[in-house]
Amino acid sequence: MKLIRKQSNDENNQSSGVGNSINRRAFLKRSGIAMGTGAASTLLTPGRMKKAHAASQVATGDITVKKSVCTHCSVGCGVVAEVQNGVWTGQEPDFDSPLNLGAHCAKGASVREHGHGERRVKYPMKLVGGQWKRMSWDDAINEIGDGMMKIRKESGPDSVYWMGSAKHNNEQAYMFRKFAAMWGTNNVDHQARICHSTTVAGVANTWGYGAMTNSYNDMHNSKAMLFIGSNPAEAHPVSLQHIFKAKESGSKMLVIDPRFTRTAAHADHYVRIRPGTDVAIIWGMLWHIFENGWEDKKYISERVYGMDEVRAEVANWNPTECERVTGADEETVREAAKMMAENSPATFVWCMGGTQHTIGNNNTRAYCAFQLALGNIGTQGGGANIFRGHDNVQGATDFCVLSHSLPGYYGLSDGAWKHWSKVWGLEYDWVKGQFSNEEVEGDKGKPVHTMNYKGIPVSRWVDGVLEESIGQKDNIRAMVWSGHAVNSQTRGPEMKKAMAKLDMMVIIDPYPTHAAVMHDRTDGVYLLPACTQFETYGSVTASNRSLQWREKVIEPLFESLPDHIIMYKFAKKFGFADQYCKNIQVSNDEPLIEDITREYNKGMWTIGYTGQSPERMKLHMENKHTFNTTTLIAEGGPVDGEYYGLPWPCWGTAEMGHPGTPILYDTSKTVAEGGLCFRARFGVEHDGNNILAENSWPKGSDIQDGYPEFSHELLKNLGWWNELTAAEKGAAEGKNWKTDLSGGIQRVAIKHNCAPFGNAKARVIVWTFPDRVPIHREPLYTPDRELAAKYPTYEDRKRFYRLPTRYGSIQAQDFSKDFPMVFTSGRLVEYEGGGEESRSNPWLAELQQDMFCEINPKDANGNGVRDGSMVWIESPEGSRIKVKAMITNRVAPGVIFTPFHFGGWYEGKDLVDKYPEGTEPYVRGEACNTAFTYGYDSVTQMQETKVTLCRVKAV
Amino acid sequence: MARMKFLCDAERCIECNGCVTACKNENEVPWGVNRRRVITLGDGESGEKSISVACMHCTDAPCAAVCPVDCFSTTDDGIVLHDKDLCIGCGYCSYACPFGAPQYPQKEAFGVRGKMDKCTFCAGGPGDEDNNSPAEIEKYGRNRIAEGKLPLCAEMCSTKALLAGDSDMVSDIYRERILNRGGRPQTWGWETAYNKTS
Repeated sequence: MKLIRKQSNDENNQSSGVGNSINRRAFLKRSGIAMGTGAASTLLTPGRMKKAHAASQVATGDITVKKSVCTHCSVGCGVVAEVQNGVWTGQEPDFDSPLNLGAHCAKGASVREHGHGERRVKYPMKLVGGQWKRMSWDDAINEIGDGMMKIRKESGPDSVYWMGSAKHNNEQAYMFRKFAAMWGTNNVDHQARICHSTTVAGVANTWGYGAMTNSYNDMHNSKAMLFIGSNPAEAHPVSLQHIFKAKESGSKMLVIDPRFTRTAAHADHYVRIRPGTDVAIIWGMLWHIFENGWEDKKYISERVYGMDEVRAEVANWNPTECERVTGADEETVREAAKMMAENSPATFVWCMGGTQHTIGNNNTRAYCAFQLALGNIGTQGGGANIFRGHDNVQGATDFCVLSHSLPGYYGLSDGAWKHWSKVWGLEYDWVKGQFSNEEVEGDKGKPVHTMNYKGIPVSRWVDGVLEESIGQKDNIRAMVWSGHAVNSQTRGPEMKKAMAKLDMMVIIDPYPTHAAVMHDRTDGVYLLPACTQFETYGSVTASNRSLQWREKVIEPLFESLPDHIIMYKFAKKFGFADQYCKNIQVSNDEPLIEDITREYNKGMWTIGYTGQSPERMKLHMENKHTFNTTTLIAEGGPVDGEYYGLPWPCWGTAEMGHPGTPILYDTSKTVAEGGLCFRARFGVEHDGNNILAENSWPKGSDIQDGYPEFSHELLKNLGWWNELTAAEKGAAEGKNWKTDLSGGIQRVAIKHNCAPFGNAKARVIVWTFPDRVPIHREPLYTPDRELAAKYPTYEDRKRFYRLPTRYGSIQAQDFSKDFPMVFTSGRLVEYEGGGEESRSNPWLAELQQDMFCEINPKDANGNGVRDGSMVWIESPEGSRIKVKAMITNRVAPGVIFTPFHFGGWYEGKDLVDKYPEGTEPYVRGEACNTAFTYGYDSVTQMQETKVTLCRVKAV
Repeated sequence: MARMKFLCDAERCIECNGCVTACKNENEVPWGVNRRRVITLGDGESGEKSISVACMHCTDAPCAAVCPVDCFSTTDDGIVLHDKDLCIGCGYCSYACPFGAPQYPQKEAFGVRGKMDKCTFCAGGPGDEDNNSPAEIEKYGRNRIAEGKLPLCAEMCSTKALLAGDSDMVSDIYRERILNRGGRPQTWGWETAYNKTS
């Protein structure tokens, strides 16, 4: 030890030689400020991350830079990884990315830890006599495969359930859906069911597509921003960069939420509502808008159908009734309505707080109706900015890893199966032969072939195992969870019962997950180590519909494998590998990712996933810095005039060069430049009324009126048929814009600046849904009996997605006296989803070490609960969880909030001993969904995890 | 000559902890040592504000004034570094620091990182170790400054709330931002200084 002071001006000590190595200009570029300075674009083009002379002093080898995309949420933040000798040694900000401009939240800033992966599942394992035993991949595939073949023989293919993932990239998601089809079942689903399924159903049924209409970046143009059931400060932190840019330029920011969230802390106006009253608050706001004539009458007459019926319903929601139901007083609601009406364009953001209800589809349609009334859809700065959750939940939804559709939302009709069979290069009859050749009684009481019958959704797999009268030959006997957390589904005790009844559980995941430990089984559980998206490559769709291409950062750790290799191994075992990869090159069991992209490019006409070839996507990634950070258009450079990530629909073939669609339904641009109108999805007339657009069309359209979707007949009637090439004519004969594999119909329509999907009005009434006009209905477990009588739920259904589904019989029981508190849940910034991955990352886990509940001081004192003490939360269905109490005014009296990312505990017990050695997450806690209860959306089977009842007891 | 400073814009900080994990990532500091933390005032109440806090690299650093072994030094750029070879881990600096910046590892009090640990402005250590040599990284974390980069916490901040760099630059950027905000509320610091509430 030298007891001398180091002289900072010692010439030999250059450790801080900033003055020499970096000048003022370089500082400006790197000082981490881009937004709100008015100089954003100049700050977006810093020099590449240069490793200065110092780099050579790091003894671990040359640095290779790999570019990927964060795997946590749907913002799509670019990740710049530095790799030395195959080891991920550094992470740098991706200043070039127009989506995040270098920024990361806690999760994004910690993704390098994926390269450590200490708590990962390291090799295939199975549970034998209560002990985890290592096995080889070959043995695992053979043993699991044999077991499944046995089940298939005895009970049919529907008795094996394939749970996919929003963590798969697009290519893997597509292959997963295809895999289930070839196994012969529609029992396939993924997280979107329990995240935004009610959005997709509600929104697509309003104006055509179910996705976010604008983009995070486009919010720069908003003059007002409304967030309902959305807490982006924790769920999509980097989006706040764009939101603040708008706010600092004068945009108003409103938050409607039962909790005073971290987002609400930054808002201009906060409206607290009782959980589960979204329709009531929206109609309450619209009441003021109609009362004052603030609606956009011209827009409504040209582009909206059914507003009069909405107006009639809204008339019931006068300020008194609105306050009675929502708890928000007249002045607060009026102020919110006024802010949205007076500041145009205004955007509307919603997330899980709105979707996860028995009336989720009513909520999402009410949001759409609100925006349509104000004329905010199809405009810059407006839109329904539906923030998706996981990094690729938009993509996995688009590829329909869903029990009710084939990729591209083609549905399950014979026509849909024929379309995809053709794309796959297979005989339709062969594909049909993979299914159990039988008809069962369908949801509507009529016989339906298993191939055309919606499968069991994620939210209900437990009932698929346990219920006696279901719409398939036998119950589910084997569950495969490929990148899925069971702690995100409700009704813990019944889930445990279902797990006990299964023949086999297969968990394919980088981490063991809650599923590996919550049951009491001693045998028949397999853990197969999948790698993360940083250990493979492919495309991923951000919430704004932009596709980004990830590079592989490192080789798969330990014995883990990419998901598409695992799928292929199973396909081989089951004997359909050749059909599975007919158009796809395979080497060492790995289907070539680029070939998968090219295959889906040939089939995804409905939503325009056809123009994004691997080459185009890669070129966009190489030229990220050339895109404008507000409009996302490339200004000069090799992809001049294209939008970042070719946001879908990117019409036609890649050769056609469509730039992508940055804002849906924006008539101010030509279709060729990314403009659109509302989709003609619901026919041309309804009840004798024209439902095509009137006096509204995309810029430059050769048809200056509404028109139906394009087909070979329409082209012929318009006299445009001969504009097809001979080859296109051959492919297009008898087809429409969705099924013409040549893309000719789309090409010709767009040449005339027409939207291939027609030009119609959006509709605010959906005559095929249980509630034609969105109405308020009380949750199944409601604290207010009077309102339950006035706004009752639906009647029980005998069969819905193959299962009996209860509504009225539950609501009829009064639990409100014994269980007086409302229970709700949400996200934390440090964790994601079921949380296993993020709780296994020490950099994140350290920041949130306890599962907790938020409780208002009044309720805490009323129940003898002290801050920081443990409490039991008990549900009316008899389940309970033990969590730490946090006393706060963030929640209103009568409301309990918990985060949903925890797992590894069950009803008060830490299950640490049940994990395979060395794989237990650093932080474990009670899964809140253990105590969440029954309740499913009336259209999509979304589970109701935002309102139930509970009581709190001090431990 | 540059004088390095941090500034956290409380109007933008959303307590996402990106800065905290960026620091963990870049410097691989052990569990329990937090060179940077986010502090939230009025949590869950109207007026809730968060700011990210680390060593502020004071011009007249109180830690240096009280250190019994005089292990602190200030670089030409105004970065306050401390020498872990000299440090005896007494904790006196933490008495003096107005920001609670000094950290002490939970275990192995005299291990490699066993003494006081704090934010280095991603400038490595003051000692004889070569820039970004394994020895320097092990003891102090990464030396981004030697590579012409700024601290990773600020470079990765999700909302660009946390600024780092030459104080002149930081002020220029912040001033421009404030002007752009027009009639928007100023930072809590501004309100406190001029008793303005809007």
